Amino acid sequence: MTSLVGTGVLLRFNLRRDRLMIPVWVAVNTLMVLSMPNTLKSMYGTAAERADLLDQVATNSSFRALIGPVFGDSLGALTAWRVGVYAGALAAVTGLLVVVRHTRDEEESGRQELISSGVVGRRASLTAALLAAGVASGVLALLVTAGLAGQGAVGALAFGLGLAAVGMLFATAAAVVAQLTESARLARGLTAGVLGAAFVLRAAGDSASTDGSSALTWLSPLGWLSQLRPFAGERWWVLVLFAAAIAGQGALAYVLAGRRDVGMGFVATRPGPSSGRLGTAGALAWRLQRGSVLGWSIGFFLAGVVYGGLTDGVADLVGDNEKAREIFERMGGRSGITDAFLASMTGMLGLVAALYVVASVLRLHGEETSMRAEPLLANAVGRLRWASGHLVIAFGGSALIMLLAGLGFAVGYGKEVGPILGGCLVQLPAVWVVAGLAVLLYGLAPRLAPLAWAVAGAVLLIGWVGPALDVPRTVLDLSPFGHLPKLPGGEMEWGPVLVLLGLAGVLVAAGLAGLRRRDLTT
Amino acid sequence: MMKALTVSGLHKSFGRTHALDGLDLDVETGEVHGFLGPNGAGKSTAIRVLLGLLRADSGTARVLGRDPWADAVEVHRRIAYVPGDVTLWRNLSGGEVIDLYGRLRGGLAPGRRAELIERFELDPTKKGRTYSKGNRQKVALVAAFASDVDLLILDEPTSGLDPLMEAVFRRCVEEERERGRTVLLSSHILSEVEELCDRVSIIRRGRTVESGSLAELRHLTRTSVTAELAGAPNGLAHLPGVHDLDVQGRRVRLQVDTDKLDAVLRSLTASGVRSLTSTPPTLEELFLRHYQDEAAVR
Repeated sequence: MTSLVGTGVLLRFNLRRDRLMIPVWVAVNTLMVLSMPNTLKSMYGTAAERADLLDQVATNSSFRALIGPVFGDSLGALTAWRVGVYAGALAAVTGLLVVVRHTRDEEESGRQELISSGVVGRRASLTAALLAAGVASGVLALLVTAGLAGQGAVGALAFGLGLAAVGMLFATAAAVVAQLTESARLARGLTAGVLGAAFVLRAAGDSASTDGSSALTWLSPLGWLSQLRPFAGERWWVLVLFAAAIAGQGALAYVLAGRRDVGMGFVATRPGPSSGRLGTAGALAWRLQRGSVLGWSIGFFLAGVVYGGLTDGVADLVGDNEKAREIFERMGGRSGITDAFLASMTGMLGLVAALYVVASVLRLHGEETSMRAEPLLANAVGRLRWASGHLVIAFGGSALIMLLAGLGFAVGYGKEVGPILGGCLVQLPAVWVVAGLAVLLYGLAPRLAPLAWAVAGAVLLIGWVGPALDVPRTVLDLSPFGHLPKLPGGEMEWGPVLVLLGLAGVLVAAGLAGLRRRDLTT
Repeated sequence: MMKALTVSGLHKSFGRTHALDGLDLDVETGEVHGFLGPNGAGKSTAIRVLLGLLRADSGTARVLGRDPWADAVEVHRRIAYVPGDVTLWRNLSGGEVIDLYGRLRGGLAPGRRAELIERFELDPTKKGRTYSKGNRQKVALVAAFASDVDLLILDEPTSGLDPLMEAVFRRCVEEERERGRTVLLSSHILSEVEELCDRVSIIRRGRTVESGSLAELRHLTRTSVTAELAGAPNGLAHLPGVHDLDVQGRRVRLQVDTDKLDAVLRSLTASGVRSLTSTPPTLEELFLRHYQDEAAVR
């Protein structure tokens, strides 16, 4: 087994590099899962309420599309139902990020060459990457099993193992994709696309049948997770399905890895033009970011169409449950459940747009740390001009994707086009405050710039989990999104909107002033 | 005539590291100036200050008569920079990058661009991620030489070039000089410096230790002398500036500080000279002296 020499050393090295990333992803996922029994207890405390919920899930296909079918009325079963798909998706993202980071990223940067030239077996790097993902999945399984044991140890074990299995399924999928492409960014995008497809297949299958027996559900690993039926007569053989898929993908990744050269993929790079029309820093920024803007635009438009299509069904369903209605109203305002649902969905897309805008602003940071900014700024390009090229795309792009989400709602829902567009666009001041914070961090303390992700994550957590947990107003107020008027349905309040816009402007100006004064990172 | 570059008393520290510690540098317009020093001496830091990418803590720097920090954009219109390690955008072709850089400087001469691509044997259609180190370097070199600028700042520009391309590079620098452009060339390849540079500055620990033409610098070092004499040598050991004296019968080998050569020759001819070889210091020796001093200081 000389092909595995050095795996242990590489695994320790990988875990050391991931000492922040893996704990954070696993902790967020664990918290999301473990907070659920209490939330559900407050919403569906009595047996009658739960029976009612089960009835509704059985009759409302939109609800099943969003969350999945439910198989039992215990708190454990309801927890697995309510967070299963989302915790599974989070575990999948963790797995795919870890694997691509330690495989294709390393090859693309050229670091892999140095490692491979050491006493390291041919398969050691891929194995160590998969093992690192295995550690993340294993710890998640352990924490979830222990944390939910109070709801029934067997069900907790099944759910924990199911989440870990989804994580490893996408870790091995990423391992395959990472062999095919030469670019880590593309490998991450393609694997995330597979995850999105898995979500859509499951949603389609679950909306078509009450118990998830549709073939579409069985095509999706996220469907398998709910079909494992934790806390509701576990079907352990589903884990065999996972194991077979993980083993198959893993084997495929090893075969592919054995047939290609270090640094190369199976898709050869096509030649480009021998001369170019790029003539300004702004044009270059657009060229670098247009692909991602296009991807986000398509995603937001489709999300709008899907949520728009679900609106009537969900409103019917939630309308009957006091607690659920309350949560939507906390997220979306108190003016009829349809508007509350729409407003909570536009608010959610606004939170996701914060991720886009942070990624886009931090392109500046990436250009600088990769040393591409240095020769560029040695030309007749001022720093402000260079930065504003990317910032226009960050700020304008976020406006574009929110607009497209609104148009998606118009296609999917067909009513209230103007108010919904307003609901989408009113998110922008808060999105831009997050962007402004990213600019500030980048401009003043470039080494801290990645903290902008933490800001976006915190905002997402507050906006997503806050209303369900009924956290105090002061915490919700920490997020810029907490100050936005709830549209459609609520009153348009210009005060907070203008304050947020002003704040975003100040943050950007301060960040740019910092950028102008500081040394370039070298 | 205005100097292309003047730097005096430049200081720059990163935390507790003093990267530049009172650097002085003068580059005349139209000359090729070698910029030398051991690794970590502060060459790249100095170049980044000259490009306005870093702000000096104190001291003054003038590039083409302007302040490189305050007037960065104006200065950059008239200079082209080639870093030692070129990183390109993965999905832009080399040709696109050359044209972008040209437009972001004073402009690109189209005929010259095509000629340089041919001379450097560069395939401009390849994407950034598929170029080797040497080819990435060529992209930056073509962009710099084809640009219509007054000053070229080259930071170890030939690392990764093969000897053939290295020769092309040297001819290009010669042509730049003939056009009256100024070149600041940071390099470790001493034959390159010896062939190309009118004057050199050697820096060590952020400070300029030597500056001048190669002839002037040679004067500061030792010449090796080997002689066969008619009679026994006399009194050589007592002459100032004589080192490593080795006398075997009538054969004499010694090293002498070049400015003390006269006295040694006089002493040798007094004994009668049968044969004499005198070797001027090579540039390598010149450097080794500074590099070794550097090690000694540490």
